[in-house]
Amino acid sequence: MVENRPFAQFMAYLTLALGVVIVAFPVYLAVMASTFDTATIINGNMPLVPGDQAAENYNRTLLYGGMHARQPVGGMMFNSMIMALGIAIGKILISILSAFAVVYFKFPFRKTAFWIIFITLMLPVEVRIYPTYKIVADLGLLDTYTGLVMPLIASATGTLLFRQFFMTIPDELLEASKIDGAGAFRFFKDTLLPLSMTTIAALFVIQFIYGWNQYLWPLLITTKSSMQTIVIGIKMMITTTDALTEWNVAMTTAVLAMLPPVLVVIFMQRLFVKGLVETEK
Amino acid sequence: MEKRAHISGWTLPLLLILPQMAITVIFFYWPASQAIWQSFLREDAFGLASEFVGFENYVSLFEQPEYYRAMVTTAIFSSLVAFFSLACALLLATQADKNIRGGQAFKTFLIWPYAVAPAIAGVLWLFMFHPTLGTLSKPIKAIGIDWNPMLNANHAMTLLVLSATWKQISYNFLFFLAGLQAIPKSVIEAAAIDGAGPLRRFWTVIFPLLSPTTFFLLVVNIVYVFFDTFGIIDAVTGGGPAGQTTTLVYKVYADGRLGGDLGGSAAQSVILMIIVIALTAIQFRYVERKVQY
Amino acid sequence: MAGVTLDTVRKIYAGNVEAVKGVSLGIEDGSFCVLVGPSGCGKSTLLRMIAGLETISGGEVKIGDRVVNQVEPADRDIAMVFQNYALYPHMSVYDNMAYGLRNRGTPKDEIDKRVKEAARILAIESFLARKPRQLSGGQRQRVAMGRAIVRKPQVFLFDEPLSNLDAKLRVQMRVEIKRLQRALGVTSIYVTHDQVEAMTLSDKLVVMSGGQIEQVGTPSEVYRRPETRFVATFIGSPPMNILPGTVEGPGRVSVGGQSIAVTDMRDGLTPGSAIEVGLRPEDVQAGGTGASSLSMDVDFVEELGATQLFHGKVAGAEFIVQASTGQLPADTRQLTLAVDPGNVHLFDPQTTKRLGRV
Repeated sequence: MVENRPFAQFMAYLTLALGVVIVAFPVYLAVMASTFDTATIINGNMPLVPGDQAAENYNRTLLYGGMHARQPVGGMMFNSMIMALGIAIGKILISILSAFAVVYFKFPFRKTAFWIIFITLMLPVEVRIYPTYKIVADLGLLDTYTGLVMPLIASATGTLLFRQFFMTIPDELLEASKIDGAGAFRFFKDTLLPLSMTTIAALFVIQFIYGWNQYLWPLLITTKSSMQTIVIGIKMMITTTDALTEWNVAMTTAVLAMLPPVLVVIFMQRLFVKGLVETEK
Repeated sequence: MEKRAHISGWTLPLLLILPQMAITVIFFYWPASQAIWQSFLREDAFGLASEFVGFENYVSLFEQPEYYRAMVTTAIFSSLVAFFSLACALLLATQADKNIRGGQAFKTFLIWPYAVAPAIAGVLWLFMFHPTLGTLSKPIKAIGIDWNPMLNANHAMTLLVLSATWKQISYNFLFFLAGLQAIPKSVIEAAAIDGAGPLRRFWTVIFPLLSPTTFFLLVVNIVYVFFDTFGIIDAVTGGGPAGQTTTLVYKVYADGRLGGDLGGSAAQSVILMIIVIALTAIQFRYVERKVQY
Repeated sequence: MAGVTLDTVRKIYAGNVEAVKGVSLGIEDGSFCVLVGPSGCGKSTLLRMIAGLETISGGEVKIGDRVVNQVEPADRDIAMVFQNYALYPHMSVYDNMAYGLRNRGTPKDEIDKRVKEAARILAIESFLARKPRQLSGGQRQRVAMGRAIVRKPQVFLFDEPLSNLDAKLRVQMRVEIKRLQRALGVTSIYVTHDQVEAMTLSDKLVVMSGGQIEQVGTPSEVYRRPETRFVATFIGSPPMNILPGTVEGPGRVSVGGQSIAVTDMRDGLTPGSAIEVGLRPEDVQAGGTGASSLSMDVDFVEELGATQLFHGKVAGAEFIVQASTGQLPADTRQLTLAVDPGNVHLFDPQTTKRLGRV
């Protein structure tokens, strides 16, 4: 800014601080709720300072689950982790290979192939949910990790991101590699892959969050409680009659469900921002 | 854009592209075409036989008052969330763009809600505004409002808008901040020399220069409300009370799951696809051309 | 070592754009050949065809006695220095130089020996562990050269290697490249658009325009006796002045009514026919008197330090004269130019070819 007025500075601090408080308050409440027993919460007078039930709540939730989710939340987190990692790694793998093919080779129907992939960018899984469900069911993939992961890998985001990055690599690098006697495989392994590391990491961060937070798809294709993900699990805990909802368990689960992706964002902020901004260009 | 240098050979690239092609065809094109095909079919009561009925599924869809209500709900929900989340994010981004100490820390504290799953966000806000035990319900009731999002549709929609906005602010904030930082400082300094005060500068120089970002975010936000808020709605209201917060996407899910009307559900899917493609096309056209300086 | 022979080499791009129109050229073993011309003249395409980075649409490229049209770049036994250096950004200087040798299965100690030796020659020994981004432009340039040297190739190819450097460094690296090439004795083909680089580096200078060779010769041949008007104005700075004239008779032309004697003039030109008269700014004597002279109206003077450039008009055409500083007062408005008959170049206005003795 051009001026450096103290008042403007003060307003900036005030606005930002207010923003942070509003953004953080719901989460703060959840963390507090995870430190009380059900009765304290139900009576509607939950204090805004931590209680003494934290150890009990987290222990019970992780290892046994609540009354309504017949499944320890630890197991749900494991499922979520498999799904998130599967989606992130799967997407990176297939999209870096296809981007390599589209950018660095000339082959018949190359443009067609690119457009076939590109169109998938526009339509999220939600609009074709039941036919997809039917196909996964026909393939016998209900209640499997493969069924959870595969349909969500089919998207163009990764391919476009890698393609965009590859286009910024000077042509001369491939030419120098050719003169240096490196074939397609060596060029990929020795030059392209090492240069793509940041892009890979950024895509990983974004796709991990995307995968961890999936809701509708796992809701449909998991019927066994042992295959439930944590985001689905929490929904199960609060849909029953209010009086029976174990809010302490539900909120403990909510905190546990937020923890991995939020930690990823905070500790890999630079990669996260890069991934987010660049996948949307 | 094309590379000048290429690697020769046909088989290798076809092998490289095969996994993505296979997954895309099996899990994208096949179901999408199934949806289109099914939207022209009607199954009998037992799901054993189906006949081609042309546009009948579409016609009966547009005869349902519930479908129009879902459209209106989606429109209201989208515009409110888009407006509030863009406005809040722009306000925060302009403040964070000022050269203040601790700016990076503020940024970190503002972006993490992006990582919270929509369904979890819904649960957090439901807990906070729960009619009997919500921490913030009491002050609302204290001023004489009979707050109950479980029974009152307006209250339910308010709660949905709040949670969806809360979750989307971080995304918009990041893009606005990037947009602001991309504006050359010299332009703002020139405006200051031309005698424009901070507020005037914002509306006459900064805001117009941000218009591509704003437009881009507008479309992204609308698409976000269409699809990603499914988890919020399912967790907070389940489409209720009495179907009053059922959006188009939620209706596809609910009709297909409960009613088993595959033809009708497929017709809804196809209409959604058309809407999204139209939105994306508009975005490409405008971002390329009109909204530029 | 090997020479390079091009026989009616053509490059036709998609859409029938002919970038190189049948170039034939012999480059002797161990010589330094520079391809010079304005951008888009096909010089880089020609170099890239020799390297194997572009397919050859027609004709034949030979390295030594071997036709290499269908040979992969890696198997042509060439090394190339790129304009942007094309160093692998994620590899150390050492690995950048060793990469090509490793891919060929050269033994480890041999690689080490060659890399160290190249690093010593180029004075980059202390940077071997660094990444390219930690180096200055000049240092990167040296690494790119090192990568070429370690391979001990038959031919060095340079694609405008100095154009990313600042003016001072460019002069310094130019000298180093020349010295290195002399010491190693490897056939070198060098592409540039800078005519000073072209003049100073080459044993054999090839001037190209529009996908064709305009003239081949030693730098002094090309400078002294340009074969076309294009070469005459492209080589030399400031460029040669071209004046409209008419043929008076054998050994005489007239420019704006002023008669000039010419030594190198074709026999049998029809008196009265139009002709173009070329005079280099440094070849006319300002204020001098001689057998032939021209009068010039001066518009302004550029001071270059050691010399001055007088800009003005002779017979209605733009004209530049170079003179030593102090020779003439800077406010001179009228000049008489003495012209040595040996320094007059004549060109056909239609074909733009030189009209010298056959």
